[in-house]
Amino acid sequence: MSENKTAEELPLYEVFIRSKNGLHHKHAGSLHAADAEMALTNARDVYTRRSEGVSIWVVKATDVIASNPEDKGSFYEPNDDKLYRHPTFYNIPDEVGHM
Amino acid sequence: MTVIDNTNDQLEQAFQSKVDAELKIEPKDWMPDGYRKTLVRQMSQHAHSEVVGMLPEGNWLTRAPSLKRKAILMAKIQDEGGHGLYLYSAAETLGVSRDEMYEQLHTGKAKYSSIFNYPTLNWADIGAIGWLVDGAAITNQIALCRCSYGPYARAMVKVCKEESFHQRQGYEIMINMANGTKEQKEMAQDAINRWWWPSLMMFGPHDKNSDHSSQSMKWKIKRTSNDELRQRFVDATVPQAKFLGLEVPDDKLAWNEEKQSYDWGEIDWDEFRNVVAGNGLCNRERLQTRRDAHEGGKWVRDAALAYAEKQKKRAAEKHAA
Repeated sequence: MSENKTAEELPLYEVFIRSKNGLHHKHAGSLHAADAEMALTNARDVYTRRSEGVSIWVVKATDVIASNPEDKGSFYEPNDDKLYRHPTFYNIPDEVGHM
Repeated sequence: MTVIDNTNDQLEQAFQSKVDAELKIEPKDWMPDGYRKTLVRQMSQHAHSEVVGMLPEGNWLTRAPSLKRKAILMAKIQDEGGHGLYLYSAAETLGVSRDEMYEQLHTGKAKYSSIFNYPTLNWADIGAIGWLVDGAAITNQIALCRCSYGPYARAMVKVCKEESFHQRQGYEIMINMANGTKEQKEMAQDAINRWWWPSLMMFGPHDKNSDHSSQSMKWKIKRTSNDELRQRFVDATVPQAKFLGLEVPDDKLAWNEEKQSYDWGEIDWDEFRNVVAGNGLCNRERLQTRRDAHEGGKWVRDAALAYAEKQKKRAAEKHAA
């Protein structure tokens, strides 16, 4: 019964919504749709029923490339010892005032 | 690699301290099998409840007393469908597929909230569902907004925002009915008589009889106990019933000055178990309707996929030419 189940399942799309101009698109959730157009209209119906958005992106979930939480240490490590990238690393005398 | 050196115990300890520190767990993070299984069970059952929850109300879409009430009811039912989607999507992040979850629902392997196995007999029932059933659901879901699993917590925040309209529209129906003709007032009282106890059952068994509770509390999947949430709901709802001039069908109900909350009677747990076991008034009908809807929609899904396939092929041919 379940052998062609996965073949039947509509592809998964991730939905990103810009709530108003000037703001980034933000991940809102996901949905299944046959194609991009259906994903867009369904995203409108499900995620913007109360004017939550002015722009929608849909991306096939399989096209999203994600980092791995297990790599957390080594992946971000190169930035951990570069304190000189932060403004607080530098000593500026108080007399100089706000900089 | 460090991951391989770590024993399961160490991973589990690290996981627990993360949970204890109120850090959220996200889909790709390591988690104990039991945590994943508990969440899949709870979230899929929650999703099923939203979806099956559309059925008792669907019965009234064409029977609602005015165009305004029809439009409102339609909007509410649409919301419930949306809530089902948020929850299914959140559950899918744990590796279970949508089709698997549907199959578990349709074969009766997965449960949904028993409240939806009660019939909606008169128009005031739609008011009582919004007020009491959604009210109980909100009480439960507010606690879940702080759940340790990120996608579940986020879905709950969205659901709670939308549910508030559901409860208010239900209570407004009750106000109108309670202040209407003698017959309308009787319908309102009849509705609370039938929905009060099942609403209290929605919070599940007493803490001392609840199988999953203590582990779920430790994992912070659950933040507040069944009995505590139930009491919260009673304390909030009894004054609302008084305002309506309706009677709560519990002769043991009394204000307890000392603990500053209500004392009340005992739930009929035989009835609870019976409905959970599948012998409620509407269990079979609800499941059949759900299965029919899914099978009835199959040609639409197939056609949409075939169309997408055709468009893709055409685009490829055009590109090649």
